[in-house]
Amino acid sequence: MRDRGLLVGGLALFVAVITFPVWYNVAAGTPTRGPEPVRPAGTGRCVGPTEYMRASHMSLLMAWRDDVVRGQDRNFVGPDGKTYAKSLTRTCLGCHTSKAEFCDRCHDYGAVKLTCWECHIDPASLRKAQR
Amino acid sequence: MLDKGLSGGGRYWAWLGALAALIVAGALAYQRQLTLGLGITGLSRDVTWGLYIAQFTFLVGVAASAVVVVLPYYLHDYRVFGKITILGECLAVSAVAMCLLFVFVDMGQPARALNVLLYPTPNSIMFWDMLVLAGYLALNAVIARATLSAEHRGVPPPRWLRPVIVLSIPWAVSIHTVTAFLYSGLPGRHLWLTALLAPRFLASAFASGPALLILLAMLLRRLTGFDVGREALQKLGLIVAYTMTVNVFFVLVELFTVFYSQAPEAMHHFEFLFLGLEGQAGLVPWMWASVVLAMMSLGLLLTPRCRQDMRLLAAACAMVFASLWMDKGLGLIVGGFVPSPLGEVTGYAPTLPEVAIALAIWAVGSLLATVLFKVVAAVRGEPSGPDPHSRWARAPVEP
Amino acid sequence: MSMDRRAFLGAAGLSALAMTGTQSLEALAGAGRPETTPEGRRAPRWGMVIDLRKCLEDRGCTDCIAACERAHNVPRLESRAHEVKWIWREPYERAFAQRGSGYGDEALRGKRVPVLCNHCDNPPCVRVCPVKATWKRGDGIVMMDWHRCIGCRYCMAACPYGARSFNWLDPRPRVKEVNPDFPTRTRGVVEKCNFCEERLAQGRGPACVEACRERALTFGDLRDPGSEVRGLLRSRHAMRRKPELGTEPSVYYLA
Repeated sequence: MRDRGLLVGGLALFVAVITFPVWYNVAAGTPTRGPEPVRPAGTGRCVGPTEYMRASHMSLLMAWRDDVVRGQDRNFVGPDGKTYAKSLTRTCLGCHTSKAEFCDRCHDYGAVKLTCWECHIDPASLRKAQR
Repeated sequence: MLDKGLSGGGRYWAWLGALAALIVAGALAYQRQLTLGLGITGLSRDVTWGLYIAQFTFLVGVAASAVVVVLPYYLHDYRVFGKITILGECLAVSAVAMCLLFVFVDMGQPARALNVLLYPTPNSIMFWDMLVLAGYLALNAVIARATLSAEHRGVPPPRWLRPVIVLSIPWAVSIHTVTAFLYSGLPGRHLWLTALLAPRFLASAFASGPALLILLAMLLRRLTGFDVGREALQKLGLIVAYTMTVNVFFVLVELFTVFYSQAPEAMHHFEFLFLGLEGQAGLVPWMWASVVLAMMSLGLLLTPRCRQDMRLLAAACAMVFASLWMDKGLGLIVGGFVPSPLGEVTGYAPTLPEVAIALAIWAVGSLLATVLFKVVAAVRGEPSGPDPHSRWARAPVEP
Repeated sequence: MSMDRRAFLGAAGLSALAMTGTQSLEALAGAGRPETTPEGRRAPRWGMVIDLRKCLEDRGCTDCIAACERAHNVPRLESRAHEVKWIWREPYERAFAQRGSGYGDEALRGKRVPVLCNHCDNPPCVRVCPVKATWKRGDGIVMMDWHRCIGCRYCMAACPYGARSFNWLDPRPRVKEVNPDFPTRTRGVVEKCNFCEERLAQGRGPACVEACRERALTFGDLRDPGSEVRGLLRSRHAMRRKPELGTEPSVYYLA
């Protein structure tokens, strides 16, 4: 084979590139712990069960979004029977006061890029910016 | 067959390289526009559409003009257009691609572009415009591909091709009518609120498109030896002469209605364009240049001796194209926004990033057209292939 | 089953088309504006009456504008080309240019009148939006969904009153004082007055109406003959902007 050198070299380069995430993180000593979101203090409950919220909070928020903006329906009755306002800033961030310690932990870990915060306000960041 | 686009001389690759450079520059500018917003353009709260939509509007016309060669050839077996029809279809593909790109770069939230399909809104003309443009692109791509592929393999084109081609004829008219409807249905914009806008669009499309096609066919003969024939170019030149005359007539008709009735709102738009208003006269030289070019082109086109001289015909076509590009592009779009609904006179001039992005899209279209024309010239120019004329003309006449 | 590349692409394309097809059918089937609230009550038709005699614009009052800015995080942009405004003042001659320049309007000459989205009953902006990011509610408010807007600005071209603004740049750094109770918007979407629909949902009145110290702005149900707005409209001659266009604005001006 005339091009053996080129082929083997190319293959080696390909393998190196494709396994880059693995050996780079090993070499950099990246911690292997998962995300650790800080739950809010107190005994309050979320608007839904934890497992459901973990898996489907985005679906819930999209449904809330359309309900409020397009359906004029602003009240959410949770499985516990209590009524909540369908609001990211007021209801969700009302308890999860620190977006940086809760939401961002998992989003950063999973490289989830959100556009919500371009418009919706995180009161904690706002207060920090105003100081 | 696209591999034929990969073989070319030094000039070919230099041209493609230059286009690639323009595309890269525009892509960088667009990246900046995505990050900072459309505020980096010259657009404003009063003039909300400018260079991008002007190019889009003009290019829809160029795309629709393929029908000028397709209709005589396929519906009336006008064999003179035998070699130029495929060029018209390729030009249409490249023009529609540019249209869709111009719309895309004009959007404030391009990531949400698919909302137009996810939430179809039949009462919105823009919804229909997107549909018919996408459909026209698909139609012409399929037609060009099937035609060339059949020729390349030396077989008659498939039977289903003819109804598809016939469909593209009313479709071509519809894309430009729908684009005109984008403007002519808006109650507050008195430059556009005229039933004559759609006919004007079609007339200027059928002048500017064939004018460009003539120039490109001449260039193709110079570069590759692929010759569509003098008779085809002369007939097309005659069509440009008549459609340009109709277009100028339509403009004069508009001027009469507006100025004889002395309806103030419509008059203000024409005054801004041709005379300047409240100190804003940026488009005045532009519009008068368009007028002068139009008159000169008609002088050449309507004189048979001049029109029959191929160099003068080329000059006239260039003038037609330039004149209509200026009038139907920035003239029509910016003119419609000034004065604003509140009577404000705001100037508009595109910024450097805006121009870079527009040039990049023109470069993409030119790249597409170059490669497609190269493939056509290569396929049609094959000495061992059958005579395209006789083989081709037979197929559509089948019962 | 063997399938060549072209056939596969063709099938994929047709499937994609079919998926959007059902939504097209739904869009064609469901038209028209609901006349009842989600709870089933007869919907009001919200409207506003602006008393030009009471407006203190000549003394430099901008209370309504400031209140709207505060309530909705309306940004202040340096260049006039990029400005975003929901309610602002416009010289009478410009707001009512169709009335010409005769002697009948001398009393109002030079007066700056508050102008805002008219929440038309027959809105051209709603007609043209390709994604229904703006629509007319049962209670008359022409709403905006900033999540869906693609920023094509067709609604801005369609509006005959120049009532809409576009976010040419990121508005967040340009909001004077961020109100945490209302979101800001992002670059690339169109915005306009929303008749304070979020305050109406809480039983409050629009910010501009409540801020006006002379009570020049009155808001109410145009469908209720006993409402304050209807009373005002019976008391004096009222004008609407560009009535000849058939847009049927819900904002009336008492001269």
